[in-house]
Amino acid sequence: MKLIEIIIESISTLGLNKMRTGLAALGIIIGIGSVIALVSIGQGSQKAVEAQIQSLGANLLTVMPGSQRSGNVRTASGNTTLTLEDAKAIMSSSQITTVKNVSPEFSRRFQIIAGGNNTNTQVYGVYPEYAQIRKVNIASGVFISQTDVDSMSRVAVLGPTAATNLFGEGTDPVGQTIRINKQSFRVVGVTESKGGSGFNNQDDIIFAPLSTVQKQLAGVDYLSTIAVEAKSQDVMTEAQNQVGYLLLERHKLTDPTTADFSIMSQSDILNTASQVTGTFTTLLSGIAAISLLVGGIGIMNIMLVTVTERTREIGLRKALGAKRKTIITQFLVESVILTFFGGLIGMVFGITISMILSKLLSFPSAISMSSVLLAVSVSGVIGIVFGWYPAQRASKLAPIEALRYE
Amino acid sequence: MNQPTIIKVSGLSKIYKNDSVETVALRNITFEVKKGEFVAIMGPSGSGKSTLMHILGALDVPTSGEYILDGENVGVLSEDDLATIRNKKIGFIFQSFNLLPRTTALKNVMLPMAYAGVDKNVREIKAKKYLIMVGLEDRMEHTSNQLSGGQQQRVAIARALANDPAIILADEPTGNIASDQAEEIMKIFQKLNAEGRTIILITHEPDIAHFAKRVIIIKDGNIVEDRLNGKKKI
Repeated sequence: MKLIEIIIESISTLGLNKMRTGLAALGIIIGIGSVIALVSIGQGSQKAVEAQIQSLGANLLTVMPGSQRSGNVRTASGNTTLTLEDAKAIMSSSQITTVKNVSPEFSRRFQIIAGGNNTNTQVYGVYPEYAQIRKVNIASGVFISQTDVDSMSRVAVLGPTAATNLFGEGTDPVGQTIRINKQSFRVVGVTESKGGSGFNNQDDIIFAPLSTVQKQLAGVDYLSTIAVEAKSQDVMTEAQNQVGYLLLERHKLTDPTTADFSIMSQSDILNTASQVTGTFTTLLSGIAAISLLVGGIGIMNIMLVTVTERTREIGLRKALGAKRKTIITQFLVESVILTFFGGLIGMVFGITISMILSKLLSFPSAISMSSVLLAVSVSGVIGIVFGWYPAQRASKLAPIEALRYE
Repeated sequence: MNQPTIIKVSGLSKIYKNDSVETVALRNITFEVKKGEFVAIMGPSGSGKSTLMHILGALDVPTSGEYILDGENVGVLSEDDLATIRNKKIGFIFQSFNLLPRTTALKNVMLPMAYAGVDKNVREIKAKKYLIMVGLEDRMEHTSNQLSGGQQQRVAIARALANDPAIILADEPTGNIASDQAEEIMKIFQKLNAEGRTIILITHEPDIAHFAKRVIIIKDGNIVEDRLNGKKKI
C-alpha cells in the first residue's frame, strides 16, 4: 500500500471521529500556540529593552566612581572619586581626540513640595550637555543653561511624571515654584516623556544646575556619573581607553586593575540587559515546551485508546494481508497528521495571540520565522515520538486475538 | 478427480501452553483438498475446528506437522510472509462479517487489493465486478452500517474474491444472518464452487454443511469422519 494512500485513508479515518480528533489536536494546538506566543513575547520584550536603552543615548560611555584600592584592600569609602575637574579634563585634554561631549552629573533623592503636593524624587544636577547626550527633549520652557550652572541659580526642569505628581494633570508648571529640600526653585521647563515604568521611570525626575545641587542641596563636591559621548560608534573602544588612561593619570594610578572608577559603554549595558531578557525568553520557552510535552502525551493517550478501540479492525487488516510495517505506518501517519495540523492551527493561534499582546502591551511584535518553523517541525516530530509506542502496539497484535476481541 | 492438490495437511498438531498446562487442540491430523472442492469442516465447539481454521488461514502456525498451501510450506514462514499468504492465497469470510465500519462496500472490497499493491484503477474495476457478482450493484457506495447482515456478508464474499485466492475460507458464514438470507449466501458459495473455486466451510450446522460436496468431522482434535455428501442440493 502506497504512503499517499495511507495518508488519504488516515485523513478520512480522523474525519470520521471529529470530536476525538479535535480533542487530541487541542493539546498540540495549545502547546505550539503557547511556544510561539511566549517566545515572541520574550523576544519582543528583549527588543523593547534594547530600544529603550538605545533611546538613552547612542555612543554613550558612562564613567562611574568605584572604591579606591590600596594594595589588595578595597576601602569602603568609595563613590566619591569623580570630580567636576575630571569631567572638564576629559573635555579639554589634548590626549582625548574621540570625545564629542561630556556631561558631569550628580543625583540624589530629595523631598519635593509644590503647593500641597509632596513627593520624593530623584534630582539630577546637570550641565546643559546632559540634554544632548541623554537625548532629553523639552516639551515646554527651556533646559538648564550654562548661565544657570555658572551663577548657581535655583531653577528646575521637571520630567513629565514629576510635573504631574506635583501640579496635577494638564497644568503647565513653567514659572511656578517648587521646594526641593526646603529651598525654593523656579520651574523653567518640562521635558518630553521618555517612557519606562515602575522603578525605572525615566519621567519621574527633576533637573537642576549641577553647581546648585552639589553645593546648596547635597553639600558635596563629587559626581555620581560622567556621561561621555563618543564621536561615533566606531571609536567607542578608543574613547573608552582614552578616558580611562586620562582618569588613571589624574588619579595618580598606574595599574588599570586598581582603577577607582569604571567605564561602561552602552553596548555593555545592552549586553547585560540582553542576557537578562534572554534568560526570560528561555524561561518562557521552557514553560511552553512543557505544555508541548503534555500535548504530546495527550496524543499518545488518544492513540492508545484508538488502538484498543480498533483492535478488531487491526486484526481484520492483518488477516487481509496488512504487514506489520503497514500497520505501524498507518498509525504513525495518523498521529503525525494530528500533530502536524494541530501545529499549523497552533501557529495561527500563537501568532494571533502575540499580535494582540504586542498591541495591548505596546511591545514590538517579534514573530521570528525560525521559531515558527521550529514549532511546526517539532510538532511533526512529537507525532512520530508519541505515536511510535501505540503504533508498535497495534502492529504486534496477533490477528486471531484481535479478531476475537469484543 | 484429476485436479491438483491445493491443501496438503500431514501430521498436523497444535498444542497450546498456558503456564504449565498443555491443551491439545489438534492431534496428528492428515488430509488433502484438491482444487475445486467444496469441503465443510464440522464439529462441536471445543473440537478443534476453529484452531484448524486458523492454521488453514495462516493466522496461526502448527506446533508440529506440515501444512502446504498451493505449493507453499506455511509452517515455516515469517510473520510478514504469512501476511502475504493471507493476502494473496486466502479469501476470508467471518461469522461477524468484519467489514471496516463507516466505509463503503466498494472500499471494503478494494482493501485487500490495496495491500497487494494492485493499481488503483484496476482495484476499482475488479471490486465492482465482484460486487455485481454477489448482487450488490446498487449498494456499492453504501457504508457497511447501512447494509443488512446478508448484504454485509455478500460484501465480505466479494472482498474474499478480491485477490483471486487459492482457497476461500468461510468461518460460520451464516451464523449471524437470518435463515432466508443464509440460504442465498450458501447459493453464492455453490455458484463460486461451480466456477471452480475451492471453498472450505467451517460450521456446526448440518443444514449448512449440506451445501458442501464433502464433509470432514472433527472431534477432540481428531478427524472422525471424512465423507462425500451424497445428495447435492442446487
